[in-house]
Amino acid sequence: MTDLTGCAAPDQSAPLPASVDLEKETVITGIVNNADGEAVGGAYVRLLDSSGEFTAEVVTSPEGVFRFFAAPGTWTLRALSRHGNGDLSVDATRGVNEVGLSVAA
Amino acid sequence: MSRDTALVSADWAEKNLETPGVVFVEVDEDTSAYDGGHIPGAVKIDWKKDLQDPVRRDFVDQEQFGRLLSERGIGNDDLVVLYGGNNNWFAAYAYWYFKLYGHGEVKLLDGGRKKWELDARPYSKDVPSRPATSYTASAPDLSIRAFRDEVVQAIGVQNLVDVRSPDEFAGRLLAPAHLPQEQSQRAGHIPTALSVPWSKAANEDGTFKSDDELAKIYGDAGLDGSKDTIAYCRIGERSSHTWFVLKELLGQQNVKNYDGSWTEYGSLIGVPIALGDEPGKA
Repeated sequence: MTDLTGCAAPDQSAPLPASVDLEKETVITGIVNNADGEAVGGAYVRLLDSSGEFTAEVVTSPEGVFRFFAAPGTWTLRALSRHGNGDLSVDATRGVNEVGLSVAA
Repeated sequence: MSRDTALVSADWAEKNLETPGVVFVEVDEDTSAYDGGHIPGAVKIDWKKDLQDPVRRDFVDQEQFGRLLSERGIGNDDLVVLYGGNNNWFAAYAYWYFKLYGHGEVKLLDGGRKKWELDARPYSKDVPSRPATSYTASAPDLSIRAFRDEVVQAIGVQNLVDVRSPDEFAGRLLAPAHLPQEQSQRAGHIPTALSVPWSKAANEDGTFKSDDELAKIYGDAGLDGSKDTIAYCRIGERSSHTWFVLKELLGQQNVKNYDGSWTEYGSLIGVPIALGDEPGKA
């Protein structure tokens, strides 16, 4: 299949499509929270590889949810938002990797 | 071209939301972003529905582009300010169309939606009603669009710039990491292409780096200023971002965007492909 789907991120809060094979995919997903523990929608979350290079960026859903399809290994998540910024290192393995990401001014 | 003629700042934009003759246009793949709130007065263009031909694998032609802008109420004399999500990828892609079809004044909003959001600037959910115009698009300027045969001929001859992420370049990933990876075309890159991810050209808030920083990035990567250049990515929108940097900000001549990009090249039978982190040999 040569899909003419663009590079923009799909709906971040939608359930994982049935076509996603969790035997093969490495999904990194989670919620961005502010200092008060409230979910932050509209935050920009980027995935950086082990050398710090930009790999992808998504905008969180109104519920603060983000999701990446990566590969096993070490990644850095970085969030920018109106409520401040935050970073998190993730050692991802095949399947779903759930994380929490806090931002603060 | 230069920064002054090709870019506007968020401050400028906020002061000119109601200036006659200035039309803000949000370009996204996911138009729910626009529907949930956009720069006040902005009209929207849907990357897929509005800019791609519904049947053939190609983008809208001269007549379709003219019809689209007429429907959106954009005139040939308007200053069009484009912005969008994804660090302006799709806005840069639309900018390239506006240039291809000969629009007079078009600029990108530096930082796009992201900078607007991080600055906590206002949004509106009101959809403006602009009276239809009779827009006339020019014949496509093919000096800025590359096709597959000339890309193959450019191997080892021109600058080829692969602007995807390093893992896509090397063939370890087939698509950006926020998309599922299942795709059937081959992985890798066009032999002799330099790997300069589009993101090198942007600050974290989505604005473009300074001209000096940009010139250093491409110079250090080995871009030969005496040669013509073709930029590509997966579907041609991230490479529009780099095309914009090289042609519109740095003022290089003879820069083309290969919009067929890796989805086309990586599906061609018989063309050479390089794997790994090095450009590879012609």
